[in-house]
Amino acid sequence: MSPKTNNISAFFKALPKNIFSGFVVSLIALPLGLGLAMASDAPPIAGIIAAVIGGVMVSILGGSHVTIVGPGNGLVGVLLVAITTLGLESAYIAIVCSGILLLLLGFFRMGALADFFPSAAIQGMLAAIGLIILGKQFHIMMAHKIKRADTIDYLVEIPFTINDAVHYENKGLIFAALAGILSLTIMLFYSKIRNKYLQLIPAPMWIVILSIAFSYYFEFGLHEPNPIAPQYMVSGIPSIQEIIADIPTPNFIGIWSFSFWGSVLALTLISSIESLLSIKAVDKLDPEKRRSNVNRDLKALGLATVGSGLLGGLNVVTVIARSSVNVNQGGTNRSSNFFHALFLVLFIAFFSTQLTRIPLPALMAILVYTGYKLASPKVITKMFSIGKEQLIIFFVTLIVTLKIGLITGILAGVIATFIIHVVINKHLGYGLIVRNLAKPNVLMYMEQGKKNNYYVSVKHFCSFLNYFRLKKHLDAIPENKDVIVDFSLCHFVDDTVLENISNYQELFDKRGGHFDVVGLDMHDTETKHPFASRRLLPVPNIIKNSLTRRQTSMETLAENYSLTYHPKRKKKVSFLNNFSFFNTKHINHIYNKLNDNNCSISIFDIEFSEGEFIAKEVGRKTMLHIDLDDTIPKFTLDKEGFLEKVSAFAGFKDIDIDNHDDFSNRFYLLGDNRVEIAKFFNDDVTHFFESNPYYHVESNGNALLIFGKERLASIKEIKALYDFGKRLRQVISKAQTIDV
Amino acid sequence: MYLKPFKSIGIGVAFSPNLKANLFEAARLSVFFKAKLVLIHVGEASEEKTNVLSTCLKSFEKDNLDYEVVFKPGDPVNVILSTSEEKKIDLLILGAVKREKVVKYYVGSIARKITRQAKCSILLLIKPSVESNPCKHIVVNGLKDPKTEQTITAAFYVANHVNSEKITIVEEIDQEEIHVKVEDDKSLRRANIVKERIKLRENSRVNEIIKHIPEEYTKNKTIKLQPIFGKRGYSIGHYAQISRADLLIMNSPSKMTFWDRLFPHDIEHILTELPTDVLILQ
Repeated sequence: MSPKTNNISAFFKALPKNIFSGFVVSLIALPLGLGLAMASDAPPIAGIIAAVIGGVMVSILGGSHVTIVGPGNGLVGVLLVAITTLGLESAYIAIVCSGILLLLLGFFRMGALADFFPSAAIQGMLAAIGLIILGKQFHIMMAHKIKRADTIDYLVEIPFTINDAVHYENKGLIFAALAGILSLTIMLFYSKIRNKYLQLIPAPMWIVILSIAFSYYFEFGLHEPNPIAPQYMVSGIPSIQEIIADIPTPNFIGIWSFSFWGSVLALTLISSIESLLSIKAVDKLDPEKRRSNVNRDLKALGLATVGSGLLGGLNVVTVIARSSVNVNQGGTNRSSNFFHALFLVLFIAFFSTQLTRIPLPALMAILVYTGYKLASPKVITKMFSIGKEQLIIFFVTLIVTLKIGLITGILAGVIATFIIHVVINKHLGYGLIVRNLAKPNVLMYMEQGKKNNYYVSVKHFCSFLNYFRLKKHLDAIPENKDVIVDFSLCHFVDDTVLENISNYQELFDKRGGHFDVVGLDMHDTETKHPFASRRLLPVPNIIKNSLTRRQTSMETLAENYSLTYHPKRKKKVSFLNNFSFFNTKHINHIYNKLNDNNCSISIFDIEFSEGEFIAKEVGRKTMLHIDLDDTIPKFTLDKEGFLEKVSAFAGFKDIDIDNHDDFSNRFYLLGDNRVEIAKFFNDDVTHFFESNPYYHVESNGNALLIFGKERLASIKEIKALYDFGKRLRQVISKAQTIDV
Repeated sequence: MYLKPFKSIGIGVAFSPNLKANLFEAARLSVFFKAKLVLIHVGEASEEKTNVLSTCLKSFEKDNLDYEVVFKPGDPVNVILSTSEEKKIDLLILGAVKREKVVKYYVGSIARKITRQAKCSILLLIKPSVESNPCKHIVVNGLKDPKTEQTITAAFYVANHVNSEKITIVEEIDQEEIHVKVEDDKSLRRANIVKERIKLRENSRVNEIIKHIPEEYTKNKTIKLQPIFGKRGYSIGHYAQISRADLLIMNSPSKMTFWDRLFPHDIEHILTELPTDVLILQ
């Protein structure tokens, strides 16, 4: 155990970083909070209240580390129903009640609740929520407000709205629709543009800034009124004094209706599922590899929801997109969540009048994009690639949710999954699932002897119904240990389990452990089970004969330099896990790999993703990896520039090398062990970096990772990169031998 | 330590396709333990049946197999139980093939009833074979229970007679004994410390038992201790199955109440899913 004082000083050391990331997150949280609240028919400020109360309470009481809380997009559908059927006042009471239920879930350690839902059903439910958001807000985005009873009607009428929008004659409406379309374009193409300075401000904030600037331009530049129709402007952003004056008095009339408790249950269910899924996903991104205390987080979220509901705010949930931005911006502990709330308060306190200059369609474009992301065709193709049954479950959940409601929808999904499981396993006897449901079918023990690894054996069947047993055992294993999960006694493993297993695999890989799954290949031949086998043992892509031009040139390059070339995708990327560059990123695969004969130098294209959900960006780069014979200190070296100067304020410290002012000025050097690093950058090494082109160079102790641009390298650049790496290796090994 | 040697071995015989395999297994065991074999048939005696039995056991004549056939009509459970008491049988063998539906029923009800009521040790065979399969690996429970010491001693006694080389003593530990709930890194670390402590305690308890066993039984044996955190009775069966044990030796169940039948535990788990041959010691 480390002494307490150490923790406090570490906390203060990390504080600037967290303030910075809290600030960036608040830039997204502001427009999203306003938009989500308006999409749920609540006053716009309700979303901000939820984010502020949540940010403060969960950062103090919560059990996770880098999550951000606030109003969630999953809840829009339920809140909309609650507010339209119950009225705003009773809806706040429903929010308070759902907060209490959430609190109870935390106290009864029901954090495992989200594990009982098959992943296809959850995907279907999320897609339905996406369609609800998209269907309703699309019309507002096109400046064509309509009111329909059924969610499906909203979707059906989208073409009519587009048609109407083309024929607008009112100038105010045309400008409003243009603002919406322009904002949607920004959302769509923002992640495609990889420009450092542009990316400094998140897309939703660009929309806010641009629309406020637009309105000021008309007012002060052209001395004309804003051309956007006034009914399509954000209205009713109260000042702080008004918020405090307007705190609703709790009104418990009408809580004894069926629809009230239906809403409470739906709110609780969706907010717990959304929070739990988000926490799980964010834990994977945590650079410090901590484990969240899910139940404690649930309690904090419940309490925050109660507070938020009493003050006139929405439900507080853990949100994935904002959390992933937080991680990417260097947030390391809960204080960033707190500062995000603080900045929101400052925004409202100082800029509440400016916020009314945002056109409604622009704000709704953000939500349309969110809805599209939830229900994008990619989700469906992914489902289909897992298995046709998945599509059935997906669409059953989706349609029932749209037609009837969320709770009925997810229940229908669970039932559909169960029936499908029984049917596809009928050759194993109908009793397989029913008979073995209650059996403690997971055995885990530490194998005695030299290896000391954990062995987990699963019997009978393993599906969403009894996955919690397996999970309980797997959670009891520290992630830096070795685990073997054996499914050879298991007749049936469903996709929900396999998806979770692959999450564990990633987690263990990142934290230095090993997670192996055995026994499924036999399973495949024995039971002919369709998706289990296909999921875990993906058939390697059939070798494509048609290589691209870049690939053929790489092939010739390989011949000329006597390297070996592998164009195929490789999923085994564990050798990259130790590099800090990948701490907050997920590596999808590497491909087009070139390596020399003894495999010490290799060049490859890599696809990785950072962020989650609407903040997700997929990156591709060409990288050079050098295995070193000696150990060197861990460091990161990059060009010194504007961005680094900004983050230097936020607590990252540049290491300067004595007597090499030019190097220190031009390069930005990071690392924990300053003394060792300063020793490592001797005259030769520094001179090498000074006289060669800039690359991002990173060391993990015994290997180097070098890359340049924010994209794949051309053949010429590959040659240059290879040459740079080769020479750097020589310089380093020479420097090391002199050292010895 | 008092050890009850197996002086007479009983087996219930039905004229099923498995008859020969069951008889061979029983006869081989009787030879190993130098015990008398009692064949119990539920039904009327007939010349034909006796002849079938004697032809079957002909090949064991050279090993001086001493056997006796008892015919008795009536309810199978009562007949087998009463006969084994009359004949002072120490070990009762029940043949049970996992795969057959009918026998599943058999194991499910008749064997269960007999196991619950019998006053002698019981061996449930799931894979009887005419060929002799060497019994290489024995798994025995090391529960914290007054009966365990006798069971482990008996396991070594059996191992010696059937020339088994490896004995694994499985200590099943209830999850409830770890009072820490794993929620985050800190509680995980605490839980693991508690687990280590319990494991050490259990291992030293079992080692103490092994020390008391006469050395002639324990020498030349590979002894392995395996603590497992899991459901009592179920985990050991699961373990026996994955470690491909040839014989699983268990304590006899304590007196069953109504609740125990409703919520199966310990030996009941083993009976519903026979992982391998099971010997229940009285």
